Amino acid sequence: MRERIEEGAVIDGYRVGACIHGGGTGSIYQVTPPSGHDPGFPIVMKAPLLGRGESSVGIDSFEMEQMILPTLIGPHVPRYVASGDVTATPYIVMEQIEGRSLAEFVARAPLEPDEVASIGAALADAVHSLHRQDVVHLDLKPENFMIRPGGEAVVLDFGFARHARYPDLLAEVEEFAAGSAAYVSPEQLRNDRSDLRSDLFALGVLIYELATGRLPFGRPQTMSGMRDRLWRVPPPPRAINDRVPGWLQEIVLRCLDPNPAQRYQSAAHIALDLRNPENVALSAHAERSRADGFARHVTNWWRARSRGAMREARSEAGGPMVILVAVDTEHPDDERHSPLRSATAQIASLDPESRIMFVSVIRSAPIGEGPNEMDTTAGRHLEHKARLRHWAAPLKLPASRVSLHTVEAVNAADTLLNLARANHVGLIVLGAPGPSEKRLGWWRSAASSVTANAPCSVHVVRVPERVASIPR
Amino acid sequence: MSDIHANVEALEACLRHASERGAARYAFLGDFVGYGADASKVVDIIASRAAEGAIVVRGNHDEAIASEHSYFNDAAQAALDWARSTLSVEQKRFLASLPMIVREGDICYVHATAAAPERWDYIDSAPAAGRCVDAAQVPYTFCGHLHDQVLYFERSRGRMSEFRPAAGTVIPVRGSRRWLGIVGSVGQPRDRSPAAAYTLFDSDRKEVTFCRVVYDAKAAADKIRKCGLPESLAFRVELGI
Repeated sequence: MRERIEEGAVIDGYRVGACIHGGGTGSIYQVTPPSGHDPGFPIVMKAPLLGRGESSVGIDSFEMEQMILPTLIGPHVPRYVASGDVTATPYIVMEQIEGRSLAEFVARAPLEPDEVASIGAALADAVHSLHRQDVVHLDLKPENFMIRPGGEAVVLDFGFARHARYPDLLAEVEEFAAGSAAYVSPEQLRNDRSDLRSDLFALGVLIYELATGRLPFGRPQTMSGMRDRLWRVPPPPRAINDRVPGWLQEIVLRCLDPNPAQRYQSAAHIALDLRNPENVALSAHAERSRADGFARHVTNWWRARSRGAMREARSEAGGPMVILVAVDTEHPDDERHSPLRSATAQIASLDPESRIMFVSVIRSAPIGEGPNEMDTTAGRHLEHKARLRHWAAPLKLPASRVSLHTVEAVNAADTLLNLARANHVGLIVLGAPGPSEKRLGWWRSAASSVTANAPCSVHVVRVPERVASIPR
Repeated sequence: MSDIHANVEALEACLRHASERGAARYAFLGDFVGYGADASKVVDIIASRAAEGAIVVRGNHDEAIASEHSYFNDAAQAALDWARSTLSVEQKRFLASLPMIVREGDICYVHATAAAPERWDYIDSAPAAGRCVDAAQVPYTFCGHLHDQVLYFERSRGRMSEFRPAAGTVIPVRGSRRWLGIVGSVGQPRDRSPAAAYTLFDSDRKEVTFCRVVYDAKAAADKIRKCGLPESLAFRVELGI
């Protein structure tokens, strides 16, 4: 039964207060939680407008946000509290973010370069935190950012977002479902909703706007107007505001490259550059004072040249190395497996001649072997070897480079160290211990003991930290 | 769980995996026999689960047990002939008694597709998925037959889209649109990974998880070799192709 969301109504126990924002796609109300369900922070209810005759994109967007928001954590998104189904009364209750909308800052633009850089870095931090959680926002614009009193940025509205591991309810929508015309990336215009670098393009538009008070591609009303950005390089910010320093222009134009491969490849890199202007490598972008084709050629040439130089700079340290990778096959669900595998892939790719030993230390069998095959020592070895093979399979390493070892032992660290010494291992790769380990086995003690006593280098792989404390 | 294909090693590994994750009810979506070496053991497990209340539907290989002439390639036919010779009368009767399709609450279970299930058509496109959910007439449909894991979802305007799930990801599937899960093959995956495939559905939270389970595929393959079935069936299981 669909209930009407309006001031005074009670929806699933939430008492609806004043409407604090009304828009074309929905409204936001202050709400009081049901007694006993106070999340401990102020909350709002977002109610989508899904009347009759509404385009289905509204429903898809609502459900997309309903899928994605609960998965997101950290200070850069509103905390999710509750939601109502689209078949009943659709709503999402979430944290109310204190602070100011980015739109207020944009209204004051052009801002001083220092302020542009610090706001831009805060925006990039927030975008990076989404990307690390497998989410591309695809509708970054001033109205969708809040700046907390402490300066941290919060991203709102995940109605156009895409989660890499969820079905994309907005895929193949015939009508234009990309974000806002002024901020949308060239790839989105080609209906590609999978590239996180689309968000980096939008970041470039926002920083451009903060620095100049203008939009790099205007606010086109037509599809052909939007298509401009598929090839056009916008007027350089310095041509509009001569107080924009070269490094800031460099960063902005690098975000706005029509070719995603020529942009920054991560929001973290944008944040780093904005916070360290003296380290920004200036290309012809920085010097441009008007749109000209020649500088563009120089830039491309320069970039191609630097990429080549980076490849050649790879070091070769004394013959093919033996690398020992410690894999805990007793806990296949441990979140360290994926970063450990990525690190192994990277390390293995550095030297095509290196040999990789995958080692699993399994706990000694319990006393008295049961009737089940898997309870016998041989059975356990077989099972763990199968798991080890499965673990290493995605790396697609030729069999000639790989060996699999299951060792039954009480002390994992000593076993790994003995294996390393015996096989002239040049590098041990293993998972880091976590700050709080309750159920996990030998990775915990092994990592510290191995690092302390190893005869060679040790690469300790940690799951990237996701939750930062929320400043109040 | 579907397309177990007489692979008892894979079935037991999946049952153990599912019970560790709290599975409270089981549905077996057909093709218990064929290709593998342990038709009799697998049918016994399925029959005992059925007696405990599991949902069981019939697959095309199960149907072929009853008829001598059918449209299978030589290797598959050899495995069916072999299964026929190892199954007891009672086991054959159990297979012959299985329903083609089961609807329970808001879920439909079928081997191939809810649209004319007896034709054993493959759901190999979004329109085929659309015909299936139209015939199912419930929000959730689960089927097998195609050995891959695929999640089809309905867009608001009534058409289906295909999604390839990553193993182990918990995916919210709200009942406001229709969903079709192709659960993958327990006994003979074909996506170049030998790990057994099955799917968990949390009917309270409306979440689906496509699972892969590593098991001793070599043992299953060796049994196929040992009972004289074509080598191609053994290495399919071993390599997941």
